[in-house]
Amino acid sequence: MVKEPLNIIITGVGGQGNVLASQVVSAAAVQAGYRVAVGETFGVSQRGGSVMSHVRLSLNRPCGPLIPRGQAHVVAGFEPLETMRVLLDYASAETVVIMNNRPNYPLGCLSGEHRYPDPERVEEAVKKMTPRLHVLPATELAKEAGSPLAANMVMTGALAGSGLLPFGRECFISVIGSLFQGIVRDLNLQAFESGFRRMDG
Amino acid sequence: MSLAGVCQEKAGVKVALTGNEAIARGALEAGVAYAASYPGSPTAEVLGTLSRVAKQFNLYAEWSVNEKVAMEGVAAASFAGLRSLVVMKADGLNVALDFAGALAISGCRGGMVMVLGDDPNAHSSVREEDSRNLCKAKHLPVLEPSSVREAMEMTREAFALSEELELPVVVRCVTRVCHASGDVELGELVRPERKPDFTRENRVITFGIKLHAGQESKLARAAHLVCDSAFNSYTGPENPERLVIASGPCYMYAQEALEMLGAGGTTGILKLGTTWPLPEALLLEHMERVPEVIFAEEVEPFVEDNVMALAAGCLPGKVRFYGKRSGHVAGPAGPGIGELDPDVLAASLGNILGINYSPGTIDNKQEALSLLEDKMPDRELAFCAGCPHRASFWAVRAALELDGRGGIVLGDIGCYTLGMARTGYYLLQTVHCMGAGIGLAGGMGNLSRFGFDKPVVTLVGDSTFYHAAIPALINARYHNSNFMCIILDNETTAMTGHQPHPGRQHTAMGEPAHTVPMEDIIRGVGMPYIVQDPYDVEASIEVIYDLLRQEGPRVLILRRSCVLAAVRGKQKDRVYVNEDKCIGDSCGCGRFCSRVFACPANVWDAEKGRARIDEAVCNGCGVCASLCPQGAIMVERGV
Repeated sequence: MVKEPLNIIITGVGGQGNVLASQVVSAAAVQAGYRVAVGETFGVSQRGGSVMSHVRLSLNRPCGPLIPRGQAHVVAGFEPLETMRVLLDYASAETVVIMNNRPNYPLGCLSGEHRYPDPERVEEAVKKMTPRLHVLPATELAKEAGSPLAANMVMTGALAGSGLLPFGRECFISVIGSLFQGIVRDLNLQAFESGFRRMDG
Repeated sequence: MSLAGVCQEKAGVKVALTGNEAIARGALEAGVAYAASYPGSPTAEVLGTLSRVAKQFNLYAEWSVNEKVAMEGVAAASFAGLRSLVVMKADGLNVALDFAGALAISGCRGGMVMVLGDDPNAHSSVREEDSRNLCKAKHLPVLEPSSVREAMEMTREAFALSEELELPVVVRCVTRVCHASGDVELGELVRPERKPDFTRENRVITFGIKLHAGQESKLARAAHLVCDSAFNSYTGPENPERLVIASGPCYMYAQEALEMLGAGGTTGILKLGTTWPLPEALLLEHMERVPEVIFAEEVEPFVEDNVMALAAGCLPGKVRFYGKRSGHVAGPAGPGIGELDPDVLAASLGNILGINYSPGTIDNKQEALSLLEDKMPDRELAFCAGCPHRASFWAVRAALELDGRGGIVLGDIGCYTLGMARTGYYLLQTVHCMGAGIGLAGGMGNLSRFGFDKPVVTLVGDSTFYHAAIPALINARYHNSNFMCIILDNETTAMTGHQPHPGRQHTAMGEPAHTVPMEDIIRGVGMPYIVQDPYDVEASIEVIYDLLRQEGPRVLILRRSCVLAAVRGKQKDRVYVNEDKCIGDSCGCGRFCSRVFACPANVWDAEKGRARIDEAVCNGCGVCASLCPQGAIMVERGV
């Protein structure tokens, strides 16, 4: 493993399924024989707040559930603004970012009190901080797979396909297969594959 | 997440569990027979998990009407010799405290464990509380896990300690343990025979001062026992220059902080897993060897105060203490407020050790921010798209405006607490604790004798109604207080993940329930009531307006299922904007759907200058369609 521990942050907005994504990653990691610590910051975020999961993988040492500032190696951002927010605190120049390009507007922006920054500008700003940025239309890919709600599995697929994690596709497939049943399983697997293909090669 | 992991029969297997699942697994490994709880973050998933495996493990699991009733039920099982578990968030202990104090005096028989979820930083609570001080006040022993793995082990071992002491044992877990996940190595599952045993010979009495002496001697025994507990451990150099005493996840943070500072060679860490009573002999043995002690704990200086009191008696003037009292260990909000984390501890320890710590950062941060022109917009909490509460708050707001007498609105605890913010049009004027809105409304409603002439409205959820509203309602009827109580009945305990309550048809274990309809209770109290669907906003406004003009205590039930529960597994209705009908800013509605009604699914398409529905967010309630002045929002019913 390149980093010890490997620090991953998965971030987005309540309702996007971030926590499920982080739990899929952690279950896959344990299956692959790694030690895992995940810290979830979600509060009452089912109601549209920011969500941030810290996922820490290690070969053999127990880690705390929170990543120190400036020490995230990988950031999977389900939403542009939230990706930016996390990077400001946790990125280093080497951080690799995988970002969904679909904005989710905070209430203050809908009401006209604040302005949601131009999505291209967010991309530019992220690149300024961390040049290793991969942008993908995860929500659109999820729609193609059957439901925009499966964007979390597209992003999980992208994470798995990035080659940044020390374990492969099979561990994820087996976890997703065991967590869901029937058409929900098919949808999630399809979404996962679509994100995986986007990043793989 | 992993129910399969919780039920895994093979000991020694490593699985990923959340902290709450790990607690449930620990209870199963101890052979728990009876578990009860009232849902509250961060511990809601413990009983949720146990209820799903209850039949498989022949245990009883219940969502009780409130925490006091839960604790009483669990204590009864313990009196009958069964191992039992009660789970609640910090606020729940306040509700159950009267019984908890009595129980600590009478003691228990079968191992009884109380899992208390404290929420430093109040991530999912209205306030942060440190329940350890209450546990100490009630003479209850406290264990504190530092990790998911330890949460499982401690819960399991707490049952044995409880039996040894004949006293309930508290496992105090913070959010960073409950809502964390990690790898755990599973222990043996046991399936003891359930033989409740309570005869005419048994007496469990709380009466008389002699029992107080008994409590003190139990605690003295506990203090002796915990000196040998494997949950307390030292790591660091043989002859440290100073000692960090750490509890809960702060132990993990302290380790990482010392590593980041490169100070592990001079500073040792004593991890305290048993924080009340203190393992005095162990602490003194370690403190005798160092001139400096630093405390790392959340939230209040609990270990700190008690260790300093111990040292004042046994090692006077020998040790210099650094912590919240000295101001050295503090997050951004100040000592004793909010969470700690590796950065906060590294900065605090660095300050004490004279090592400069600056967290990792990037060079181009300012440049990147300047690209965004504006500042980063905050993300406020909001009712979910399609939430019936949004419709209810809109109706209350509109009716109060029509009424025009400046009616006041009092709040309560649940999803609708967000009604104090933009998403509820800032309507709520009070937020305190479960059920408080009704009691406050009763008081406000009694002020008319002094000339108070504003209509009084209080909003309460269905689960909160059963939990804590009923005595206040009886009081209001008895004294004929003048207010309107609106029950926002979304037919579940939505905030904590849709747990059932006495108004539902099923119990936690999925068994058919003897439903207690809220109408029967309200009728029994003798209050008039009306039931209305809040999705029909116009009719709701009319009903509320009419009720505002009536006298005495009166009830309106605004009933509509939580939209998240309603759409689960179903094809949602498709809501969309007819771009020919929406006339954008020339309408004069002020972008009603996105700016005023403020549902997160109602967005604005700047390019087209038209309203748009975000299909990834919309839950298909169609309320916006009924309010759009142009009738430009269309609803296509799902099939």
